Amino acid sequence: MSVPDAPGWVASDRQRERERFRRARARRSTLVALTSTVALTAVIVLGVRSSPGWPRVRQSFFNPQVALDSLPDVLAGLWLNVRVMVVCAVLIVVLALALALARSLRGPAFFPLRALAAGYVDLFRGLPLILVLLLVGFGLPGLRLQGIPTSAVTLGALALVLSYSAYVAEVFRAGIEGVHPSQVAAARSLGLTRGQTMAHAVLPQAVRRVVPALLNDLISLSKDSGLISILGAVDAVRAAQIQTAEHANFTPYVVAGVLFVLLTVPLSRVTDALAKRSGWLAAQGALTAGTVR
Amino acid sequence: MRRGPAAPAAPAGGGPLLRVQQVRKTFGTHVVLDGVDLDVEEHAVVVLIGASGSGKSTLLRCIDLLEEIDDGVIELAGTDIADPRLDADVQRARMGMVFQQYNLFGHLRVIDNLTLAPRLVHKVPADQARADALAMLDRVGLADKARAFPDELSGGQAQRVAIARALVGRPELLLLDEVTSALDPELVGEVLTLLAELKSTGLTMLLATHEMAFAREVADEVCFLHAGRVHERGTPAQVLSDPQRERTQEFLRRITG
Repeated sequence: MSVPDAPGWVASDRQRERERFRRARARRSTLVALTSTVALTAVIVLGVRSSPGWPRVRQSFFNPQVALDSLPDVLAGLWLNVRVMVVCAVLIVVLALALALARSLRGPAFFPLRALAAGYVDLFRGLPLILVLLLVGFGLPGLRLQGIPTSAVTLGALALVLSYSAYVAEVFRAGIEGVHPSQVAAARSLGLTRGQTMAHAVLPQAVRRVVPALLNDLISLSKDSGLISILGAVDAVRAAQIQTAEHANFTPYVVAGVLFVLLTVPLSRVTDALAKRSGWLAAQGALTAGTVR
Repeated sequence: MRRGPAAPAAPAGGGPLLRVQQVRKTFGTHVVLDGVDLDVEEHAVVVLIGASGSGKSTLLRCIDLLEEIDDGVIELAGTDIADPRLDADVQRARMGMVFQQYNLFGHLRVIDNLTLAPRLVHKVPADQARADALAMLDRVGLADKARAFPDELSGGQAQRVAIARALVGRPELLLLDEVTSALDPELVGEVLTLLAELKSTGLTMLLATHEMAFAREVADEVCFLHAGRVHERGTPAQVLSDPQRERTQEFLRRITG
């Protein structure tokens, strides 16, 4: 907390002494952190490099020439992952929201819809993703029915959407149920209908609440988008596999791994930035806490 | 304001604006309201007092149709609003409700809290709703907070916004549920002052409160709720200063210490 510049206010000697002490302590802390970091890094680097297997590890996993050679293909593959991820994320959110809303509908007329949504969630949350991928990716085209896509990418994306929407629907439902009933009472007391209350009072707050959980699922999706490679789509994983076979070296896998990590880090930063916006976390009843020593 | 000062439709046949007769409400086996009778005349302020759990909040929520009653009649300006054949949303829009914990929409700015219902329910054009809302905020002394989010307000400010939000739809009746109970003592005054001002404009109010001094000053009638019924009623002077029934005396002794 910074001290406001009130006119006519001069820091007391005692306060100046406190600040001197804090500055000195901060300098000392920085120095200690720096020293311990350098020391630990040195120990790790020396330890690893002097270990008997290191030259082979470096040759097999961290070969710069192989990394450079395989990078274009792996990157091209990653671009496919990104596109699959974005398209799937949009479809998943839409489908999951529809499922969550279907489950929150009241009234006897909606019973079949509620039951259907519940059944869908139970089924696709219980099925291993890899089974869904195999069934959809190899099973559907095998039916030779009209209008069924045959592209590995489309089928893989379909399987991802089927599986993930069940998870994300539950996230949305938890968010909807987590909004305090008093918010519903306030909206209904103003004369809003059930639907208007859901759309304007409950859902906006529910969505804000579940953004961190959704982000978690998005990161998970970005990695699972690599599973479409088992259907034959040449994504980052498959490209790395091909490059690994060509060079008889595992560095392309490491390259793909680093790229996936780099892909997910900005996602976390975006949510953090969102969460700092005023009125965004307010829905969670978050209080501004003071700094505690 | 858009449609002049608070001027609800006169009740048919000149009866009270709100008539509550033999209202019963149970939660499971717990009987909360056991035949409540209550009238609120137009422009009157009726105060509900009673111990925690005496059914004050439940009664207000039943009147606002937030709870379904088990039996009895609730008439607003001659209409039996608890009739399931009526559109409850339309009936709710005729009343305003202010809650103990403000219940402002945390994701909306103050101005959007106020314009939400006019735009969605009353189909007021956006710029008109905005103008109405700003006028109402000005009336509660918070025009400068229009762009703030609810979590940036003090308790007293939040409650004044909640009152403004309930009023901007031009309710025929304003229901207030212990609107000062969540406030720090020094913030209670600003809300009570506002309510006294609203009374002077002729607004009809039914409120539950623990503020006996305020009830004495503003109420036209005080109703003491006990065991799910109106146990004693009368002017503030009668009920608060000269209670006739033992339970009322006991309650007043306890809260005044």
